[in-house]
Amino acid sequence: MKMKMKSNVQFVQGNKACILGALDAGYKFYGGYPITPSTELAELSAVELPKVGGKFIQMEDEIAGIAAAIGASLTGKKSMTATSGPGFSLKQENIGYAMMAEIPLVIVNVQRGGPSTGLPTSPAQGDMMQAKWGTHGDHPVIALTPESVQETYYMTIRAFNLAEKYRMPVMLMTDEVIGHMREKIVIPNKEDIEIIDRVQPNEKEGYLPYGVKDGETVPKMASFGDGYRYHVTGLAHDETGFPSNSNENAKRLLDRLMNKVNHNLDDILDYEEYMLEDAEHIVLSYGATARSARAAIKQMRQEGIKAGMFRLKTVWPFPEERLLELSKNVKNVLVAEMNLGQMVLEVERVVKDNAKILFCGRADGEIITPEEIVETLKEEF
Amino acid sequence: MNKYVKKYLRNDKLAHMWCPGCGHGIIMHQIIKAIDNLGLDKDNICVVSGIGCSSRAPGYMDFDTLHTTHGRALAFATGIKLANPDMKVIVVSGDGDASAIGGNHLIHACRRNIDITTIVFNNTIYGMTGGQFSPTTATNDLASTAPYGSIDRPFDIAKLAAAAGASYSARSTVYHANNLEKLIEEALQVKGFSLVEAMSMCPTSYGRRNKKGTVSDMLEDYKETYININAFNKLPLEKREGKIEMGVFKNETYPEYTAEYQKIIDRLKGDK
Amino acid sequence: MSRENLVLKVKPEWCKGCGICVHFCPKNVLELDEDNKIVIARPDDCIKCGLCELRCPDFAIYLEGDENEDEK
Repeated sequence: MKMKMKSNVQFVQGNKACILGALDAGYKFYGGYPITPSTELAELSAVELPKVGGKFIQMEDEIAGIAAAIGASLTGKKSMTATSGPGFSLKQENIGYAMMAEIPLVIVNVQRGGPSTGLPTSPAQGDMMQAKWGTHGDHPVIALTPESVQETYYMTIRAFNLAEKYRMPVMLMTDEVIGHMREKIVIPNKEDIEIIDRVQPNEKEGYLPYGVKDGETVPKMASFGDGYRYHVTGLAHDETGFPSNSNENAKRLLDRLMNKVNHNLDDILDYEEYMLEDAEHIVLSYGATARSARAAIKQMRQEGIKAGMFRLKTVWPFPEERLLELSKNVKNVLVAEMNLGQMVLEVERVVKDNAKILFCGRADGEIITPEEIVETLKEEF
Repeated sequence: MNKYVKKYLRNDKLAHMWCPGCGHGIIMHQIIKAIDNLGLDKDNICVVSGIGCSSRAPGYMDFDTLHTTHGRALAFATGIKLANPDMKVIVVSGDGDASAIGGNHLIHACRRNIDITTIVFNNTIYGMTGGQFSPTTATNDLASTAPYGSIDRPFDIAKLAAAAGASYSARSTVYHANNLEKLIEEALQVKGFSLVEAMSMCPTSYGRRNKKGTVSDMLEDYKETYININAFNKLPLEKREGKIEMGVFKNETYPEYTAEYQKIIDRLKGDK
Repeated sequence: MSRENLVLKVKPEWCKGCGICVHFCPKNVLELDEDNKIVIARPDDCIKCGLCELRCPDFAIYLEGDENEDEK
């Protein structure tokens, strides 16, 4: 008898946790292209999606992968594309398209060493600024950084929820460590997971595909094939969805796009404050590096150094108000990240002279060790 | 008003933005006539385009319409079709869009044989950006980026699609508009990837620079130059000079991509 | 409905004056006016062949009179 209950405790790698989370979020379509170290996301999607009536397609290149995923999302399916460094570069134009056309999509970037082909099997966090500024023009960004396999599961669900709620692509910026590391995770009961679906219109008459009524954050999104017969374009457009060259209209559109995130920071921002209550030194970190930062803080606390961590769970939007507040009460803000200085620029912008800003970074394919973080801080004593 | 225009175009968006004498309006007209002939459900048609003059067509067509990024229409369309195989998905594309920046997507859509009908509006030039040569510009033709005559050799898009594995591939011209309508109608009935290459004149960015005369002269050129593929094949080699084949290049049945995927889903259901 | 009952009509606001319809009209029915807009100069000569409508890129000339007769 096959009555054995499936255990909700699993020992899996981060990339698998991502797919498990995606499926629990209602994931139905994958379009992508194989690339290390994200390939397991494609492989697992190929296995699992047809089992739930979903679709997987391996496209001819990275650009086509995201394009297919955007197309599928327009038919109402929750869609994902996954990639790493070079593929993230290739996808940038269509990320901008999805921003402009307001099409929900989850983009997973399992970061590897760059630039160019770089270090395909080594971790990095070198695409953080690309996530924010990679596509041309101004647009809002939501990018999440999980620190563990368990968090990858939850953050993938959150990425889908945010994508659906705010009608925009949401980036899950993991890295090779998180993607390939195996950890125990606990899969919650379905009823304990909050799932958000895009709001669909129910009235064809007078449907404005890009119009918002008072109290609405985003326009209602009709699915292609449901008879709304509307137009979607990457050109600046008005409420009807048709192109408009008017400066006034372009301003209105961009303001609305930006404000989807800027006016909903309370809902979107996510960070962890670890041992910050009495901290004199903040270690700001995210993703795999935050694991080293946590270990470094434990070590320093044992030595009597009052350090704590401000861990970014949303790197974009950047939790600047909270960081500014915290920075007023500390001596140092140490930024630890696997790159040669990216989020530290944002920290400098926010913290200014409130505290001394220290940087501990590397981009040689090795993760930052707790000792390196401790050493960087101790150099100040 | 023309009954097809009334039924299938967004009349409040007309007159369209194409230049006087541009052939693209003629192609759009044949597409909606073919749709009408087949009695397709307006609510179940999706027209996808990339960037360029031709790619503005969907904005005028009263279906679900998607104006995407340059060259990528087929990749977006592939996602739409696979996610919702019940939809009739039509891609309209220019020669640059389809065979330069989107060339890879074109051959792979053909290879997969996914049930999408692609109409290539081929005016052998980048019109919107002011007349740069495209992959279909004839050798020696002038273009703003080929001021001494193009040394590039052109693609034959209809043959390219046939060779890449499309079920159906055909070519006609806007002079032969009735024939074009018939070929589009045929293409729309194919269960698999179908492509119709529609030769269309660009008087503004191609004709003027290449001294092709009036728009009507350009249409007369199509009449002289393009002959049915069967007649062409019967011509002795020396008489083929200056002639180009039109008609159906390929019409074969292969397994269709979305149907094959559905078989996997059904098989997995059976395994449960 | 037979061809004789069709009526040749123009929509000058959509006409861009390319002259295709004038060139291909087998009975020389059409002309462009001083504003480069299409006019039906010799309607009595029209044989309602529809070639003008077929190749008009702008939907500016058409034969009307079938199922849409009472609509405009």
